[in-house]
Amino acid sequence: MNLRALLFVFVLLLGIAPLALPTFQITLLNYIGLYTLVVLGLVLLTGVGGMTSFGQAAFVGLGAYTSAYLTATEQLPAWLAWAGGSPWLALLLGITLTATVALLLGALTLKLSGHYLPLGTIAWGISLYYLFGTLDGLGGHTGMSGLPPISLFGMLLDKGWKMFYLIWVILLLAMLLVQNLLNSREGRAIRALKGGQVMAESMGVNTFRAKLVIFVISALLAALSGWLYAHNQRFVNPTPFGLHMGIEYLFMALIGGVGSVWGALLGAGILTLLKQWLQDWLPLLLGSQGNYETIVFGLLIVLLMQRAPGGLWPLLLRLTPARWRQGKGAPRADEQPPELPRRQLPASGELILQAREVTKRFGGLVANDRMNLSIHAGEILALIGPNGAGKSTLFNQISGVDLPTEGDVLFLGQRINGIASRRIARLGMSRTFQHVKLLPTMSVLENVAIGAHLRGNKGIVPALLHSERGEEAELLREARRQLERVGLGDYLYEEAGSLALGQQRILEIARALCADPCLLLLDEPAAGLRHKEKQALAELLRKLRGEGMAILLVEHDMDFVMGLVDRVVVMEFGQKIAEGLPDEVQKNPAVLEAYLGAAE
Amino acid sequence: MNFQIALLLGQDGVTNGAIYALLALSILLVFTVTRILLIPQGEYVTYGALTMAALQAGQPTALVWLLLGLTLIDCSLDLIGALRSGHAFRLPRWVPVKLLYAVVMVLLVRNLPLAELPMALQALLTLALVVPLGPQIYRLFFQPVAGAHPLVLLIVSIAVHVAMVGVGLLLFGPEGARTRPFSEAGLELGPVTLNSQTLWVIAVSLMLIISLFLFFERSLYGKALRATAVNRMGARLMGISPTLAGKATFAMATFIGALSGILIAPITTLYFDSGFVISLKGFVGAIIGGLVSYPVAALGALAVGLIEAFSMFWASTYKEIIVFTLIIPFLLWRSLTSRHVEEEE
Repeated sequence: MNLRALLFVFVLLLGIAPLALPTFQITLLNYIGLYTLVVLGLVLLTGVGGMTSFGQAAFVGLGAYTSAYLTATEQLPAWLAWAGGSPWLALLLGITLTATVALLLGALTLKLSGHYLPLGTIAWGISLYYLFGTLDGLGGHTGMSGLPPISLFGMLLDKGWKMFYLIWVILLLAMLLVQNLLNSREGRAIRALKGGQVMAESMGVNTFRAKLVIFVISALLAALSGWLYAHNQRFVNPTPFGLHMGIEYLFMALIGGVGSVWGALLGAGILTLLKQWLQDWLPLLLGSQGNYETIVFGLLIVLLMQRAPGGLWPLLLRLTPARWRQGKGAPRADEQPPELPRRQLPASGELILQAREVTKRFGGLVANDRMNLSIHAGEILALIGPNGAGKSTLFNQISGVDLPTEGDVLFLGQRINGIASRRIARLGMSRTFQHVKLLPTMSVLENVAIGAHLRGNKGIVPALLHSERGEEAELLREARRQLERVGLGDYLYEEAGSLALGQQRILEIARALCADPCLLLLDEPAAGLRHKEKQALAELLRKLRGEGMAILLVEHDMDFVMGLVDRVVVMEFGQKIAEGLPDEVQKNPAVLEAYLGAAE
Repeated sequence: MNFQIALLLGQDGVTNGAIYALLALSILLVFTVTRILLIPQGEYVTYGALTMAALQAGQPTALVWLLLGLTLIDCSLDLIGALRSGHAFRLPRWVPVKLLYAVVMVLLVRNLPLAELPMALQALLTLALVVPLGPQIYRLFFQPVAGAHPLVLLIVSIAVHVAMVGVGLLLFGPEGARTRPFSEAGLELGPVTLNSQTLWVIAVSLMLIISLFLFFERSLYGKALRATAVNRMGARLMGISPTLAGKATFAMATFIGALSGILIAPITTLYFDSGFVISLKGFVGAIIGGLVSYPVAALGALAVGLIEAFSMFWASTYKEIIVFTLIIPFLLWRSLTSRHVEEEE
């Protein structure tokens, strides 16, 4: 017995459900299926991507109304006459319309940060809802009736149990596709949206595109649900597409567990059944008619947020025996695919990076004052200086996270200040972070594979269909190779958050190497490492240098630096106070003064 | 459209705008101190208006039982907290006071000749009934997650709104209510008569806006509240209690909400579920103010009221669509101009 067998039993039960259950229960199951389809989109958007949307119901309405308008209007305008009558044609048009609207709304609102995004979704959710009720030809608040049933291979789906099969087949397929997407190169980029956007950008991920992709997918899932709803009900009016329903969809996602595909089904199921039950009992209990179930739902969500913000699915999963869960989900790298092609490294000694008169001001504070710096292929340069000297600021400007106030940064002869860090990554620069930035719940292997993002090119559709398995295996294999190279080969499938801090720093180096860079920027890589680990790290860096890589190192550990690097640049108060060979710098009076204070 | 219609619409717009401004201010107030977007603000408005209506109709409003119930839960949580921390025999000081207050309210509502009371007393009683709900709601629903991610707070806020609408239906029933105007007099101003209620709304709004401004800009406690918003931990280390700050702002927000409800109840018919759209319009104003600036938020809310009134005239069916679509360019402008670090913890 394991989860796979459980899934099989579940599908089997679904298959025979219409034979065994009365009509009313089938109707309920249909609704659960329809709701789950919408909530699945929310799982992707909110749970995985970290963007809260209250507007999903409006997209459901868009799908439903498009189909209703095209199939149930007596006299379509001449330019639309060709599209009338067929639910399938209406589905196609509904999907196109929804995708267009979602792209437009997404382009407008996904740049919103923090609170502004959910408020934005509330705003357009309400606007669309009122639009359904006021547009001519959509039947006003009374709605439209007389929608034809869907016909499939000549069979008319005019009964609840027939629609049941269509709904659940579509739903299970959608779940499979979403599951596939999350477990892919694009999926890793999407999963990095929640809490790792700066990191993902510097690994070459276009985070805005990733946001837009899941926004459109979730809108399409909602529209699909709306289309099914309209032809299941054979009648539409604006009520089920209002903001209250948008809120209810979000509640379903939260109750089930917003982080997992199965949580969507669980949440939709629980809320639908609970609503049914409460609507039967509460009026009896309270002695009057009304939607009193909202009181219970509201309190339930508050309680959930206070006690189990992850939802019920993770709790349920914890009840299953541990061995069922082993090896589930997380991708592995056991195959031996061909190695990824590598970048042609510049010849040793060639100028790789140059900072020219870089100045950075934060208001009145000058964090970097006319800094000059150059790094050559096959060289390790250390940037040292006391705390607050401006090292990390300079580092951020070189890697495109921050913009110099004055001066230029040249990488391989090209001016790179002002261009996005993901473009710089594409040119062959890769970095680690002073404060470790990784995705703690993802496996070590997957975290490192994000580094290889730019070395694959298969997009969303192959990811949905899992037709990119060859490339995926190559990426994962590369991640594994780099992990083994830095000495984390024993931790491939651990959660990244469970590693010690020193190991997490090493993981970041493996991730940076995965991008196959010609310049490696390391921000305090030796902090938190033990003596042996430092030795191993130094050995690795020497080897990389031998291969022709240029390395810029910000570091406090002088023993580590002095025995390893070729040249040292010393900063204090934003300025360069010394540059040269390690031995020279150590004897430089200005450096001694900066570190030890002046002799009286 | 002639001048007279424009003036009428303007009067309508300013009245509604003033109410939206009040709501925008209290939303802003709660947000700056607790990082909670107070979606239930609209429910305080309807609770205020419908309680007032019930009192005027001489009904002993069921709201008082909600007050008693919440007080009982609140007090038992206090007692449990005291037990857990080992001070079983030291009764938390406020418990008897809170209980007494709730019981007195029950007695007042059950025994006073409600319909015959002067209107000022009815309003006072309404405020006395509704305002305590604010801190209690903060205590029960928000305080346990006070440190959580702002989006969690938003979800709790929405959930509280959903629950409060249901409770509103239970307490006040599905019928709408309208109260008597404060006075019948009007102010002749050229060709139009300004409704006295309009003047009331504008006067009270202005007064509240100015006093809020003074409170936050000039008084020490106001500054302490703002410090809590910037950095909870820092404020705590400086001896400011975030819990007290949360309860205080919720009390203020409830006060403003209930007062707004009392003010507009003579002008518009309110239902148990009218609050949401009203508070959302307050939100539009607050967002125009960028969730930081009081004067800009007030002006934004005023603009919302005017736009609403005039679009009612030109394209009445598209009124709500116009108002809510209006917010999107502002949202965009706000998030593009505010330097914001994406990385959230």
